[in-house]
Amino acid sequence: MSGPSTYKPNSGFERWLDTRLPLPRLLHDTIHTFPTPRNLNIWYTFGAILTFCLGIQIVTGIVLAMHYVANAGLAFDSVESIMRDVNYGWLIRYMHSNGASMFFLAVYIHMFRGLYYGSYKAPRELIWIIGVLIYVLMMATAFFGYVLPWGQMSFWGATVITNLFSAIPVVGKGIATWLWGDFAVGDATLNRFFSLHYLLPFIIAGVVGLHIWALHVPGNNNPLGIDVKSPQDTVPFHPYYTVKDAFYLTLFVILFAIFVFYAPNFFGNPDNYQQANPLVTPPDIVPEWYLLPFYAMLRSIPNKLMGVIVMAGAMITLVFIPWLDTSRVRSCRFRPLMKQFFWGFAVACVALGYCGSQSVDASVAGIPLVWVARVATFYYYAFFWLIMPIVGLIETPKKIPASIAQSVLGDTAAAPAE
Amino acid sequence: MDAGTRRDFLYVASGALGGVGLAAMAWPFIDQMNPTSATLAAGTTEIDLSPIQVGQQVVFKFRGHPLFVRRRTPAEIAEANAVDVNSLPDPLAYNDNLADNAPATDANRATKPEWLILIGVCTHLGCTPTVSTPQMPQGDYGGWLCHCHGSQYDTAGRIRKGPAPRNLEVPQYAFLSATRVMVG
Repeated sequence: MSGPSTYKPNSGFERWLDTRLPLPRLLHDTIHTFPTPRNLNIWYTFGAILTFCLGIQIVTGIVLAMHYVANAGLAFDSVESIMRDVNYGWLIRYMHSNGASMFFLAVYIHMFRGLYYGSYKAPRELIWIIGVLIYVLMMATAFFGYVLPWGQMSFWGATVITNLFSAIPVVGKGIATWLWGDFAVGDATLNRFFSLHYLLPFIIAGVVGLHIWALHVPGNNNPLGIDVKSPQDTVPFHPYYTVKDAFYLTLFVILFAIFVFYAPNFFGNPDNYQQANPLVTPPDIVPEWYLLPFYAMLRSIPNKLMGVIVMAGAMITLVFIPWLDTSRVRSCRFRPLMKQFFWGFAVACVALGYCGSQSVDASVAGIPLVWVARVATFYYYAFFWLIMPIVGLIETPKKIPASIAQSVLGDTAAAPAE
Repeated sequence: MDAGTRRDFLYVASGALGGVGLAAMAWPFIDQMNPTSATLAAGTTEIDLSPIQVGQQVVFKFRGHPLFVRRRTPAEIAEANAVDVNSLPDPLAYNDNLADNAPATDANRATKPEWLILIGVCTHLGCTPTVSTPQMPQGDYGGWLCHCHGSQYDTAGRIRKGPAPRNLEVPQYAFLSATRVMVG
């Protein structure tokens, strides 16, 4: 789909540049004339939204680093000084802390969209796998960042997560000490987490480059999940999708602004406004909302090593999805059976998130949440390792339209029911 | 296949030497993450036991970790002694003053039965467990409850229920007198 370049240098300078550093040609081919399926819906705008989120986090983060002090004795006070004394420090920090939540909100929508429309299937396996890598890097970056304010939840969250490594037999304890640079989370840990928190976003930016590069070889998938067959099926990326992305980005930024200006601590935990105290663990340790489903899996297994394996396995599983799905049809629009299991999966993820947010021994309507989490964890694994391979073989897909153009412009054939 | 030439030998030898050099240079960058000499030299802590009442736990700081010093009641000691060691999830004492394979009897957990001295770090994921008192019981075993993930310890600090794999660790310590103890 990337096809031969249509770039025509217009001036003498552009001709000169084109034979030395063809940057205008690259931009012209990737964000101007790039042929894009004409039927992309709102869910396909989250790629652009995510790029925006990464940019916001990097810009606000660089500013915050100018005022933040990575020292166990000074970190908490320096964050308070950002909030109270630094000009517009409150705004920049609230953009950064809420920006992380908005980033994860967007990435989850982006991932569920990929799952629903089969965007991980051949020839887009590597786009999906690189995406999973970005997601894992995002979680690591968010975790390091959450430690920096050095509040109670920062400290104890760091303690719990780094102790996950101590579950590894024989070398686990040594790995934990190596990560801490001490025998517990302390000043050495804070300093290295700050260093890594500053580094990882730039690694993410690089991997995002690979993600987009890999996307531009086969081109976008689309809600019908069928290949582009003729130029009629596509429109140029600019202005059609630059405008569409910009419109939905504006709506997204309004939501972002509502949190920043009206509910800046909505996603936060009040315990993190208390300075870290290594001698007192808060009664309930809760990670940020975007990590809750994995946290619920960890807690639902009554054995330390198994709990860590189940949690890590849930993330590693994502890498294998392109080969676990045996269906020849990409989009769930034409997969009546898979569509139902997909929504079951969405419910399981939300249920896990809810269980992770409650205390260990809580129950709802007499059902202990630990059992809800166990059932949902089982469904999470079963969805990928049993349902995906089996449903692909036994399901009868609905009739697939002949082409994107026919489906959109609709001669006499009605558009497929959604 | 014909024998390698002098050029092949030089090629493989210089590549191998370069690889060894790279690996040797990697080690300083890995090892710098480990605790510094100053951290390793973190000393010992001397504790005055006289203000601690029977049935009370006081928390001290020891090498960055909470240190539990609990003056147990006779009932708590009897409760810990009544447990069959073989029925415990973790039958080892984890007492740094004893051999590694010492069983988790109450006598092996507390040299002087009245004084139970423990590192206050849950062996699951490192939270600080909450002490149980008759007024505010924590868990079913009268010892400690870790609120993070629900591990329960008995009155000898032994794991009884929940995801934690091991008993709470007993640090190295020595009584200097009846009311003074040196930990570490």
